[in-house]
Amino acid sequence: MDLLLPGVGLIFWQALGFIILLILLGKFAWSPILNALKIRENSIDEALEAAEKAKEDMAKLKAENDKLLDEARLERDKILKDAKEASNKMIEEAKEDASKTAEKMIADAKASIESEKKAALKEVKNQVAELSLEIAEKVIKNQLSDDSKQKALVDQYVKDINLN
Amino acid sequence: MILKSIALSIVISMMFISPLKVTASEQASGEGESFNPGTLIMHHIQDDYIWHFWDGHYGTLYLPVILYSDDRGLEVFSSSNFYNEDHELVPYNGYEIDHGKIHRVDSEVKVWDFSITKNVAFLFLTMAVMLIVFISVARGYKKRPGKSPKGIQSLFEPIIIFIRDEIVKKGIGEKKYEKYLPYMLTLFFFIWFGNLLGLLPGAANLTGNIAVTMTLAVGTFLLTNFSGNKHYWNHIFNTPGVPYPIRYTVIIVVEFLGIFTKPISLMIRLFVAITAGHIVILSIIGLTFIFQSAAVGIGATILTIFINLIELLVATIQAYVFTLFSSMYIGMAVEEHDDH
Repeated sequence: MDLLLPGVGLIFWQALGFIILLILLGKFAWSPILNALKIRENSIDEALEAAEKAKEDMAKLKAENDKLLDEARLERDKILKDAKEASNKMIEEAKEDASKTAEKMIADAKASIESEKKAALKEVKNQVAELSLEIAEKVIKNQLSDDSKQKALVDQYVKDINLN
Repeated sequence: MILKSIALSIVISMMFISPLKVTASEQASGEGESFNPGTLIMHHIQDDYIWHFWDGHYGTLYLPVILYSDDRGLEVFSSSNFYNEDHELVPYNGYEIDHGKIHRVDSEVKVWDFSITKNVAFLFLTMAVMLIVFISVARGYKKRPGKSPKGIQSLFEPIIIFIRDEIVKKGIGEKKYEKYLPYMLTLFFFIWFGNLLGLLPGAANLTGNIAVTMTLAVGTFLLTNFSGNKHYWNHIFNTPGVPYPIRYTVIIVVEFLGIFTKPISLMIRLFVAITAGHIVILSIIGLTFIFQSAAVGIGATILTIFINLIELLVATIQAYVFTLFSSMYIGMAVEEHDDH
């Protein structure tokens, strides 16, 4: 049966044609197509991996940010607390200083009052003494206004000297 | 999946083989001047020196005849020389066409026939279509590197990826598949395009020709046996796990025959599936002319459309199966056996 007998010519052309097709398609179709597919698959894989990594990085960054924020908050609280403490201390110190100054001023005032008082008293004493002398002078002047009285006094003094 | 496709191809082949017998008996009884479906069908599915599209002066393409014989050397002439005005065969220059083959009229000298027959012309056409299609697909990748496919690229990319990942990578194995990928892709698309183009009206029965399927099967046979590692040959000539007396008498013969039965099965399967499909379609169309009835014509048309749809499926399945088995045979030959 002719149908089952392969023709030599067709075998020759088929073999030649298929080999030519294989070479041409291999060079101009399959190799660029398969390479492009491989490159694209790789790039898709890489892109997916990069996206995954970016996601992780973002999460990490966010965690870091949160941590930083927490730290900052703590720092702020601490600074505020310190500031408050410092101001309180300063107020205390100022108050203390003020009271000390006041006390000193009072003491000074007291001291000066005392000295003033002493000076005044001295003045008074001096005046009293002068007055007394003046009085005594006047009294003496009065008593020694006539000669008899002067004689009597001299006599007395002479008597006193004799006694000595 | 594999078993399913084998079963399907067997069932489909059976469907096509049974009407073949009907055609044969019709051919025997339908002798006469009027209409001979057998002749028509055989004429269609066989090779020819002319490409006949329709009756009339311009309906036939006369293809070049290329002959070589020891005494006359190389001769090239048009096949129109073998036909007279009434489109009857006549001898030319000492040659004549007898039963579809060119012989010497007077002597018994062997003539080597390398003519561009209908099938060869159709082969060139298929090649041209494939080159245009796939080079333009490749151009898409070059023009828009790294981008998603577009147009004709998107049509073929899933098929190329399917062949790479589901057929070749699974059949041959992750490590060695890349070397065989261009062959397998060319094989698949050649069979597929040949099958599909062969379904067009006026087309040649290229992939249903035994010379073509034989050449393809020989390709796989050569690749398989030249790739075969020592485990492959050891398995054939020194099958492990079989008692020695049987191993060197029965098994060695079976295994040795197996080297050849595998590609032969590839050759026969494709040839039968495609040729039978053509025979069925032509038989059903032929029924209209046998019964000379419009009703039969309507029925035959509906049935032909249905069979044509099945043929589209068969065209794809046969390309798939041929590539799948080729991959598996090569896979068996290059498989690394670490366990024994």
